[in-house]
Amino acid sequence: MTERTVRVVVAKPGLDGHDRGAKIVARALRDAGFEVIYTGLHQTPEQIVATAVQEDADAIGLSVLSGAHTYLFTRVLELLAEKGAEDVAVFGGGIIPPEDVTALKAMGVKEIFTPGASTQDIVRFVREHIRAAV
Amino acid sequence: MSGKREWEDRTYKPFVAKTPERPVRFESLSGIPVEPLYTPEDLEGTTYADRLGHPGEYPFTRGVYPTMYRGRLWTMRMFAGFGRPEDTNARFKYLLAQGQTGLSTAFDMPALMGYDADHPRARGEVGKEGVSVSTLADFERLFADIPLGEVTTSMTINCTASVALAMYLAVAEKQGVAWDRVGGTMQNDMLKEFIAQKEWICPPEPAVRIVTDMIEFTARHVPRFNPVSISGYHIREAGSTAVQELAFTLADGLAYVEAALARGLDVDGFAPRLSFFFDIHNDFFEEIAKLRAARRLWARFMKERFGATKPESMRLRTHTQTAGASATAQQPLNNIARVAIQALAAVLGGAQSLHTNSYDETWALPTEDAVTVALRTQQILAEETNVALTIDPLGGSYFLETLTDRMEAAALEYIRKIDGMGGMIRAIDAGYPQKEIADAAYRYQLMDDRREKVVVGVNKYVMPEGRPINYLRIDEAVELEQIEKVGRFKAARDTAKVERRLTQLGDACRNGQNVMPVLIDAVKDYASLGEISDVYRQVFGLYREPIIF
Repeated sequence: MTERTVRVVVAKPGLDGHDRGAKIVARALRDAGFEVIYTGLHQTPEQIVATAVQEDADAIGLSVLSGAHTYLFTRVLELLAEKGAEDVAVFGGGIIPPEDVTALKAMGVKEIFTPGASTQDIVRFVREHIRAAV
Repeated sequence: MSGKREWEDRTYKPFVAKTPERPVRFESLSGIPVEPLYTPEDLEGTTYADRLGHPGEYPFTRGVYPTMYRGRLWTMRMFAGFGRPEDTNARFKYLLAQGQTGLSTAFDMPALMGYDADHPRARGEVGKEGVSVSTLADFERLFADIPLGEVTTSMTINCTASVALAMYLAVAEKQGVAWDRVGGTMQNDMLKEFIAQKEWICPPEPAVRIVTDMIEFTARHVPRFNPVSISGYHIREAGSTAVQELAFTLADGLAYVEAALARGLDVDGFAPRLSFFFDIHNDFFEEIAKLRAARRLWARFMKERFGATKPESMRLRTHTQTAGASATAQQPLNNIARVAIQALAAVLGGAQSLHTNSYDETWALPTEDAVTVALRTQQILAEETNVALTIDPLGGSYFLETLTDRMEAAALEYIRKIDGMGGMIRAIDAGYPQKEIADAAYRYQLMDDRREKVVVGVNKYVMPEGRPINYLRIDEAVELEQIEKVGRFKAARDTAKVERRLTQLGDACRNGQNVMPVLIDAVKDYASLGEISDVYRQVFGLYREPIIF
């Protein structure tokens, strides 16, 4: 059986409109051969989790630059658990201070990329840590 | 004296053959090739009066005012806003006490997207990226003890700018300040929202109609107010080149002028109050050239395309801000140096006002200490370096003038293309500027990743991270407090009155009547920002962006 391509939902949760990073990451992952679903802006955590479940995604990448990361990441994790979709890995990035990075990782977020991270770092992370669900 | 070509053959090339130049790309950040030398030959065919002109005279390349900084220094305007209205009010007072000369307000995401603090979509975002405001009561606390007849205030708010203007004027009225004494600026540039900053309620056409309502209303009743700040900043921060920033911003400006003319307004009646806002990035000369080219292009468009006759209508007055996207999280103190150099470019470019970013903004909103360094940077420039003694000190530089011409020509090419598509609204519908910016942002990132472009402290001169810097934390209790306050406030209002005002607003939206007078009455009766935005949503529908990446 051949392994199918890893499928990643890249999403902008909340009201934040800063989409430069999310779009670059979406494109870099696509160029690296992953299947990418970019949700567009202003998504609620409910919409993002619904998309991930519907698309049978292996991971969700969240981009938040508005300071609302703690609420939004937590909510996405909760909703995944409610839907029995804890196997969907959550990672993300944005303007996120170090203390919050530690707290989010402790809650189950797999990785947080902050300013200065390269697209290679992010591609490498997905390649090494995200597996396609069989 | 021999020419440049002869110099190259005789002196330069033999030298380079023995001692090669550094293996870097000799080109600007926008990709404009930079030659080893510029001489008077590069300016041949340039007529001083035609291309430059004296300061305060057409085409304003050298500056929009006859005395520039000899008369009045640029306005030092630090963008501030976080937490509750009283938190931001305290920061405002601190900045004024430190010698800042104008206010600039950052609103939180719910306010920017048309939701009250107590709306479910506001959860987690209240007071985080700016100050939380839902009703006139919040505006009153935000500007408490600040004399609105003396201090000018800039507000970075767009799809809900009409509500903010109504609330600001209502506060002025309560302070006993007549509207004709109120000065300030609403960002209110919806076109660049669709292109870059991405905060919106309704689609471009109704959005521009509301902008036009505000242009018309302020021209009549608030003559010292700039109803729109046509902004390249967000376009650049979203990843455009300097040329794209220049071109798309001016194309947005042309669209607003056309909309106001279609409304039947006289060009010289509103054009003097259009203002601009540009990013000041790392490429020192390119940024100075960009501001100079912007002034020349705008003056020509106003005069030649729109037949403006007042010089004030042709003056491109601009706010500037150092480039947030150039700041690094690694070795954050380096950002102080970047900001200082960018600020110098803004001043040598002839900006009317400037915000200098704080070194800690790649981590969070700035602390008071970081903001103070940023403000002091401007004060050092203004009062220690003597760069503000003469007007346009770099004017006449062979390189800078050539670069200014190149920027102008490259921007014109884009503008012609957008004209050909039927103007900026059509171009946005087609996703054209959005795609151009996304492509430029991706190219820029790849150059960074491949180390083709040096980012000090990130891809070169890397150090193990030192102790983390101190950063501003917004107490989670702020959100709960604001939700509770807004709820209590709404419960205490005369709801029948509010309903009536909202119905009137809906009617005004539908029948094409200027929304501003109705809005001012509505906010005075305590209709909230979210409720007013709901009317916009119901009447005009929600915008859905084409997804381009």
